[in-house]
Amino acid sequence: MALTGLLLFNTLTGIATLVLICLGLGIIYGMMKIINLAHGEFVMLGAYVTVFAANAGVNLWVAMLILAPVAVGLIGLVVERCFIRFLYGRIIDTMLASWGLSLAIIGIVTSLFGNTVRGISAPLGSFPIGHYRTSLYGVFIIAVAVLAVVGLYALLRMTRFGLVVRATMGNPRMAAALGVAPPRIYMATFALGAGFAGLAGGVLAPVSGVSPVMGAAFIARAFITVLGGGPAIITGTSIASALFGSIDEFATFLTTPVFGQVALLLAAIIMIRFLPQGITGRVFRRSL
Amino acid sequence: MMLSVQGLRSGYGRIPILAGVTFAVAEGEFVGILGHNGMGKTTLLRTLMGYLPATAGTVSFEGRDITAGTPTARARAGIGFVPQGREIFSSLSVYENLRMGCLLSRSDERRTIEEVLEMFPRLKRLLDRPGGALSGGEQQLLALARCLCGAPKLILLDEPTEGIQPSIIEEIIETLQALRRVREVTFILVEQNLKFLTALSQRILIIQKGQITREMSPEAIADPELIAEFVGMGA
Repeated sequence: MALTGLLLFNTLTGIATLVLICLGLGIIYGMMKIINLAHGEFVMLGAYVTVFAANAGVNLWVAMLILAPVAVGLIGLVVERCFIRFLYGRIIDTMLASWGLSLAIIGIVTSLFGNTVRGISAPLGSFPIGHYRTSLYGVFIIAVAVLAVVGLYALLRMTRFGLVVRATMGNPRMAAALGVAPPRIYMATFALGAGFAGLAGGVLAPVSGVSPVMGAAFIARAFITVLGGGPAIITGTSIASALFGSIDEFATFLTTPVFGQVALLLAAIIMIRFLPQGITGRVFRRSL
Repeated sequence: MMLSVQGLRSGYGRIPILAGVTFAVAEGEFVGILGHNGMGKTTLLRTLMGYLPATAGTVSFEGRDITAGTPTARARAGIGFVPQGREIFSSLSVYENLRMGCLLSRSDERRTIEEVLEMFPRLKRLLDRPGGALSGGEQQLLALARCLCGAPKLILLDEPTEGIQPSIIEEIIETLQALRRVREVTFILVEQNLKFLTALSQRILIIQKGQITREMSPEAIADPELIAEFVGMGA
């Protein structure tokens, strides 16, 4: 019974982690159709901002929940202005540019801070499930993931900014004829996606080894989950995260973490075979 | 003059389509533009809206030169566009499409939409539907309503009857006629449907090979033999 509870809790934490690393990509890849191969590095930068700010004496919660997303959002803004905006509609070029960017960021961070793994200890301590003890920080990760999903949904569904973003991503030319300046909306949306990646990095910093190459651990899972989710980015990413996260956790529990990842990717490949448009290409089409 | 176009040239890449278009539209006028397929009607409207850059000539709107303006700037200056194919935001609901139309409206969004819906009763029961689920005719009404929400001074209409059932064509004619009685709006209409064109236009410009070659009255257009020469469809 306690084991089941523990497994369930770990599964929820795994799903929440997946949701966090996917939301930013859901915006940039799912909505804007930009294959941003530097997404993992955005997450990594968020983690670095958090580690350095926390070590410099900034309150850890402020560092991960405010500084990391804001800093990475601003970095995203600069990246969009300097590279991405010249490449809209050119998928392959964007892919190459963002891959180059990814290597550049890894190189810069390595030369500045060294090729070492840093960490900060997870706050909040632990709590018992039966006779097991598990980290209370997992509860926090789940809470942040839920809030991030709800917050993004509210932003896109209930605000005028969200309306303009959805319309502009659907048809930028028509939006321009109604007074929208599409370049600004693209800029803001890219920065928003980068900010969510930064948030993921910040929140996951205490539970992952923070190193220049940590992004590589996220990027494949993030893309496959967003792809599996389909066109409705929030609903799709959440459902795909729940599905893939559970498969990952159960396979890990039964075998090893390596097989967990393999099982996740296999499940994704099989699913894409039967649902080429992703989950929300078939069901929940009208959701967001 | 509300809109004045001088020697306007543009095209796609190296292929020239407009070869020096010159015309002017006064405030409150309803001007029709008629021509064969491929004569540059849609290109003209797309250049006027700023989607295609002018390679020569000038466009001025209310006395200001807007030749180099972006579509966004032109929309903000007061030019509304109802494009060919309607370009409804298909994943947004009908109401959200109308809200997008209100971005440039100076008055309260809810009241603006209510006022516009009075002219488009057919849309009232469709407000929650996704724009993409509407029929072609309903989408055309929505595109027009969305444009009106921003209260533009000049509206460019590109083939509003294309692929639309006759009952809705009648409805659009009546709506536009009613609109012109209550609001001061100037229209430029590109159209191949002669009945639609003559029912609304005060004067009709003929476009041939990228130039305005002739101006006619709607009454003259009603003569099928005369018209066959210019549009080649002998309607």
